[in-house]
Amino acid sequence: MYHKNPSYKVFYYFNLALLIVVSILCILPMIHIFAVSLSGKSAAESNLVTFFPIDFNLESYARTFENDNFTNAIWISVMRAIIGTVLSMAVTVMAAFSLSRSSVEFKARVFYVWFFLVIMIFDAGLVPNYLLIQQLGLVNSFWVLILPGLVNVWNMILMMNFFRVLPKELDEAAIVDGASTFRILFSVYLPISLPAIATISLFTMVGHWNSWFDGMLYLRSQDQWPLATLLQTIVVVQDFSKTGITPEDMAMLSNRSVKSAQIFIAMLPILAVYPFLQRFFVKGIVLGAVKE
Amino acid sequence: MKNTDIISSPARSSTGRTSKNPFRKTWRLHILLLPAVLLAIIFKYAPMPGIVMAFQDFKPWLGISQSPWVGWDNFQLMFTLRGTVQVIWNTLIISVMKIIFGLAVPVLFALMLNEVRNMGMKRSIQTMVYLPHFMSWVILGGILLDLLSLDGIVNRFLVMVNLDPVMFLGEGDWFRTTVIVSDLWKEFGFSAIVFLAALSGINPDLYEAAEIDGAGRMQQTIHITLPSLLPMMVVVFTLSLGNMLNANFDQIFNLINPLVLEKGDIIDTFVFRSFQDGQYSLATTVGLFKSAIGFILISGGYYVAYRWANYRIF
Repeated sequence: MYHKNPSYKVFYYFNLALLIVVSILCILPMIHIFAVSLSGKSAAESNLVTFFPIDFNLESYARTFENDNFTNAIWISVMRAIIGTVLSMAVTVMAAFSLSRSSVEFKARVFYVWFFLVIMIFDAGLVPNYLLIQQLGLVNSFWVLILPGLVNVWNMILMMNFFRVLPKELDEAAIVDGASTFRILFSVYLPISLPAIATISLFTMVGHWNSWFDGMLYLRSQDQWPLATLLQTIVVVQDFSKTGITPEDMAMLSNRSVKSAQIFIAMLPILAVYPFLQRFFVKGIVLGAVKE
Repeated sequence: MKNTDIISSPARSSTGRTSKNPFRKTWRLHILLLPAVLLAIIFKYAPMPGIVMAFQDFKPWLGISQSPWVGWDNFQLMFTLRGTVQVIWNTLIISVMKIIFGLAVPVLFALMLNEVRNMGMKRSIQTMVYLPHFMSWVILGGILLDLLSLDGIVNRFLVMVNLDPVMFLGEGDWFRTTVIVSDLWKEFGFSAIVFLAALSGINPDLYEAAEIDGAGRMQQTIHITLPSLLPMMVVVFTLSLGNMLNANFDQIFNLINPLVLEKGDIIDTFVFRSFQDGQYSLATTVGLFKSAIGFILISGGYYVAYRWANYRIF
């Protein structure tokens, strides 16, 4: 047995130690930001904080939530995540069900597959997309954050592959009982696919929460921005001229511990759903990536 | 659609008369696809004719129908402007490095993690390394700007061990390195999932037989584990080739600054800046160039993955 070999044992513990170091390196930056956000202003500004807060206080969080720009942006992000995910899942599940039928049963399937493949591998590009959104009158509308992203071909494929591995007998039994296609989808497939639906919903929700470019591109006025877009301007660009934020707010927002608090607040929902995500995603991704 | 169609059930439609028209049996399946198809037509297909702007001198006040045609002039301009050539070159360097390390490191990590027998330990490591994947580049950009600044925690550490501080985001070559390494840091764990899945699918009898033949762990890895991972590596590699001109807009845009524009600017950030400057035709041309090459690479990649590794997406 190689397990008992002394040189393998040396390798084993060296390997384990290296893995532990690497995995800690993956979360240390987040811990640092968290520590800065809980630290006093002077300690944060003079860069004394490493991984533990100095002069522990919650002031930066209190000041962040006092700011109307910020709470408003959180609200918009929450709305877009909920509405976007619900609508996207409805579209995805329905389309995936049809695509999961065999081409013998559903001859047009081949056509639809190519139809969706094309949009998966070819994108018209930034300028044509922008001009279209402008023509549709969606610029400066909340719905620009939802509608263009509703069709996600990759999610459709994941869902379709999940439907495909369900036993054929389920359909056959339902058809014998006289169920229509709609009944089969809503009363047979949907209930047993809840884990897969939950997985893809969580991924979609995280995607919405993190998405910032559409807000920046299509929404002029800062009070329509989702949190990610606002954060991008405050933390990354550090340009407040376009945002309509008052000079007093600006001085407050550029404070380092407040900035860290804002970054941490933006991470919080993801951290909250992360345990659930992790339980499901390995299975979901493997389902989509490896077949047969 | 006639009323009789709605009444006909799948069971009844299998009689000779109705089965002549396949739509009678499947119209519900078409209905279920309708929302997705409509949205795809409106938001994905409708912009496609807009690519003709690449062959025009597009003026917003004239629109696509009135703007003058210039043939391939924009493409000629693209390849003669020093800026654009440099941008394509930057994109290639950054993305190729990302593709190479983005394949090698996850495979290595999966192999290393596969040796860990303590399940609790294995799970904790996985929990930590998958986490950065779920954070957006806005969040990570904010964190990196803080960590890597001249008085940030990384440079304080370097000074502590008597090294010179480094301008990670302020000097061209360091910027590229930072971009490649931070992308690797974010994604290596998550990319390893497919390889871990492939590893758990290897038949244990193979290892047992090798054990009896006296093979050590190293030999087992070379002769059993790696060959078993090869098909998945081929799939991941060919599919990632589609990203050759895609160096990750979100990341670069959130880390770039005027100091490193020459070595750090990529196609997507260039397109966005040209668009903001009102150079619609140039932006469309460079974007179309990227989309067209990407289209060829991705479809080629899928074809190769299909032929060699029997990988099918739909």
